[in-house]
Amino acid sequence: MAIALETAHPPLAGKHLRQQTSRDDRIKLGFMAVIGLYLVIALGAPLFVMLSKSLSTYRFDLTAYEFQVSDGTGANWGPVVTADALNRQAGAVAEADLSTNSDGRLAATKFFPEFSFRSPVNYRIRGVDEDAAFLVGSTLEKGTAWREYDSGTFRRVVLRPARTIGLENFSNYFSTPALAQSIYNSVLMAAISTVVTVSIAFALAYGLTRSCMPLKGLFRGILTIPILVPSLLPGIALVYLFGNQGVFKDWLLGYSIYGPIGIVIGSVFFTLPHAFLIILTALSVADARHYEAAASLKASKWRTFRTVTVPGARYGIVSAAFVVFTLVITDFGLPKVIGGQYGMLAVDIYKQVIGQQNFEMGAVVSVILLVPAVLAFAVDRRMQKRQVALLSARAVPYAPKPNVRVDAPCFAFACLVSLFILGMIAMCQVAAVVKFWPYDLTLTTKNFAFDLMDGGGWAAYGNSIRLALLTALFGSLVVFAGAYMVEKADGFRFGRGLFHFLAMMPMAVPGMVLGLAYIFFFNNPANPLNPIYGTMTILVVCTVTHFYTVAHLTALTALKQMDPEFESVAASLKQPFHRLFFRVTVPVCLPAILNIAIYLFVNAMTTVSAVVFLYATDTKLASVAVLNMDDAGDIAPAAAMGMMIFYTNVAAKLIHALIARGLLARTQAWR
Amino acid sequence: MRHALSIEPTPTSLPRAADPAAPYLEITDLWKAYGDFVALRDISLSIARGEFICFLGPSGCGKTTLLRAVAGLDLQSQGTILQGGRNISTLPASSRDYGIVFQSYALFPNLTIEQNIAFGLENTGRSKAAVASRVSELLETVGLSAHGKKYPAQLSGGQQQRIALARAIAISPGLLLLDEPLSALDAKVRVHLRHEIKALQRKLGVTTIMVTHDQEEALAMADRIVVMNHGIIEQVGSPTEIYRYPETLFVADFIGETNQFPARVVRGGEVEIGHSAFCCATDGFAAGQAATAVVRPVDIIPHGAHAHAVNAIDRPATPQNLIDAEVREMEFLGMFWRTRLTAPRLGERTLVADFSVNAVRRLSIETGGVIQVEIPRERLLLYPRSA
Repeated sequence: MAIALETAHPPLAGKHLRQQTSRDDRIKLGFMAVIGLYLVIALGAPLFVMLSKSLSTYRFDLTAYEFQVSDGTGANWGPVVTADALNRQAGAVAEADLSTNSDGRLAATKFFPEFSFRSPVNYRIRGVDEDAAFLVGSTLEKGTAWREYDSGTFRRVVLRPARTIGLENFSNYFSTPALAQSIYNSVLMAAISTVVTVSIAFALAYGLTRSCMPLKGLFRGILTIPILVPSLLPGIALVYLFGNQGVFKDWLLGYSIYGPIGIVIGSVFFTLPHAFLIILTALSVADARHYEAAASLKASKWRTFRTVTVPGARYGIVSAAFVVFTLVITDFGLPKVIGGQYGMLAVDIYKQVIGQQNFEMGAVVSVILLVPAVLAFAVDRRMQKRQVALLSARAVPYAPKPNVRVDAPCFAFACLVSLFILGMIAMCQVAAVVKFWPYDLTLTTKNFAFDLMDGGGWAAYGNSIRLALLTALFGSLVVFAGAYMVEKADGFRFGRGLFHFLAMMPMAVPGMVLGLAYIFFFNNPANPLNPIYGTMTILVVCTVTHFYTVAHLTALTALKQMDPEFESVAASLKQPFHRLFFRVTVPVCLPAILNIAIYLFVNAMTTVSAVVFLYATDTKLASVAVLNMDDAGDIAPAAAMGMMIFYTNVAAKLIHALIARGLLARTQAWR
Repeated sequence: MRHALSIEPTPTSLPRAADPAAPYLEITDLWKAYGDFVALRDISLSIARGEFICFLGPSGCGKTTLLRAVAGLDLQSQGTILQGGRNISTLPASSRDYGIVFQSYALFPNLTIEQNIAFGLENTGRSKAAVASRVSELLETVGLSAHGKKYPAQLSGGQQQRIALARAIAISPGLLLLDEPLSALDAKVRVHLRHEIKALQRKLGVTTIMVTHDQEEALAMADRIVVMNHGIIEQVGSPTEIYRYPETLFVADFIGETNQFPARVVRGGEVEIGHSAFCCATDGFAAGQAATAVVRPVDIIPHGAHAHAVNAIDRPATPQNLIDAEVREMEFLGMFWRTRLTAPRLGERTLVADFSVNAVRRLSIETGGVIQVEIPRERLLLYPRSA
């Protein structure tokens, strides 16, 4: 029955078969639609609205309105004149004042200097096209039909601006020197911090993986401490150490800590753990055989370092550099506290929006801030893909041999960096419990009497815990279910691809940008989701979305390690997917799920950037309270609140470790 | 062969479960395309109830794709599949009737052996006691009764695969699908387990399809082998048919080893190889047609050392196909000697022949010597060759 290839077969024409959908498929599809919709609403739509906002300019178009005025009898009408002509006669509104924002209103009576609201004169108004809009009181009128009002009513007629799409906001931005300068400042600070942080992180990671220095576990623990505090805290510590009343002020040789110096030191502090962990991972996968080969070829230590160690970790180094760069350029808390007059992009957004209520300009700065973040993200993703290709299953783990000439400097350096980290935390701790640093060092608890300060008091702390718990719970559920759909659902290839793309996006979106986008999207009365604005719900949604990507990748990694045929086996045994999900998938992935939960908890406790735009009076947060108390000059209470966040996160980490151990003993007996 | 193979499209509308002679699984005109790449090309195949079928072929030949289409895990682009008279072509995997075993075992790591086997039994209306007794019965069947409380990671690869098998047959499926079940195992375990699987299959009488790329495995286990290549079926037949009468050059080459020579048909029953004529069956070939002549190393018969080399190369074909050959190399492979011969009558090509240890001793075959060998006419096979 040999079927020879050359036998004339009809080409594969016609419609391909489609599998009948099972109940499982429909449920999965439903789930995916729900979580996809969540990401669209919580991420895609707000960003889109923000983008359109940044491109929108509002201006009163006076040529679009026509007026007619009657005589004293109210019956005989004068000639038709445009508002533009009237304005030129009266010189009522200057050209520059015609530019406005989306809420702009211009009283029609301005064009009639002789207007009196008790006169018997009647007024007619109409648009020259369908889009010209005006308000009478709060009633919106549109269109080319004449409307007639007596003078009493005409007093309440206001014109609404016309919206045009264009790059005008951007050209305005770049023609404002102080704002454009911020781009340069931000890039410079981010670049310097990146070089410093990555160098330190590499040296530390090298010491931990390639030397036999003692106390490795302890150093590893200390180096991750900065993750547990808001980025504002190093700023506060620096103020205490080197600020106007700082004990070590003289060390700066007359330079001020408020500005670039403070920003760089603080940035190094809060980005170090991120860079350290990435480079540590990259160095950990070293293949001992490469070192043996180098030794057998009689390569010098330095040559081995240059040709084996550095190239092996190069993707890790590049990846760490991009992460640090993005963190610094998008961070808002630190430059707010320590930046002084030094303009930074993220602070500009805050100032434009909170200070000047200039939402369009805030959107412009956000879009500009998106550029480096998206770029860094794209490069990083490419690097990560290559990093994977480097790993070989047969690598032999490298085990360092004791060597005092390497071990001693590594140990000394690790001590130095640990001292820096612990010193900053200790400074805040001291500031929080003494009366008045550095003049009155008697212990006190008055700095913890948050209810006496602005910022939200202890209620803010309670809100933060609530936010962190809800984020951890709701976030792990959504993230894990979403990752499961991406990884394990078959079919719906397009939907899954789109979903994965959405899930990767938050990494590239700075918190400030997300927060502002939420204002635009949710604070719109026309949006049916408007009621969640100003509630705890929007804070939870925003925080889950903000930290979605890392959690998603964690879940995905765990799911990828499971045999892809589990689903096939369950289907052949006629078991519904949810039974497999709850009996096998979730228990096996439990460690990853707990890691996601603690990651979300810690970040929800410390985040400032996104939520600073979204909290309401009854949903103030501890991290925002640190910011606001610092702003109000209550620096010691700000430090105290910062330490409260730190204690909470340490406690959460300990509880997480306990739960993990307890649960794992029960569910992971097979390991 | 108990059941004739049918490649003609068969009427598919009739319910045939009642007819015991009817094929149990019937695949008709099946295509599978991934974009422009055609992975399966017009596959038709009938499998009888209780048969053990092997899909055999090199990697990428489409054998796993075909298995997954039968399982409903990767739907075919076109074509129908009937199982027990039921059209299952587009049914989701969970609505079909089969048990499956994968190369990776796919045992649930957090469930004990018992829980793994019970996974498909629970939730089906059986009582707890019924499930437990079925599980212990299955554990006994696969000879792992003592390991019920252990986790998969605590068992060896062979034991894990037996558990996977037990889990698959727990629900008494009508069809058992084995996707390279032995490939991840050590050679010895593999041979042992293949006997066990075969014995179990006979005992249960369950229709079984196994995918493998190991010809030895297929020859040892299958009632019939389906040899596949580039998305088409090259040949279907019993192991001996496939081995002795390969229908295509691919099958001849893929199963066992071959010597291949360019040849030309001289007249009916006679071909020219190198410079000489040989006798063989030439059915289906016209005189003058180019062909590839194939003979297996084991089929070459040694006739002993030759005192004087016969170098005439234009001798007419004799019914014995006797030629003189010089032994260039000898390689001892334990069960036999592999020799490389050159014969003036075959041109410059090397002829590989496997001689038994006995024959080598008896005929004093040694490197450098000249021997007379026979290429049996019924073992010299011809395949078309495109010029």
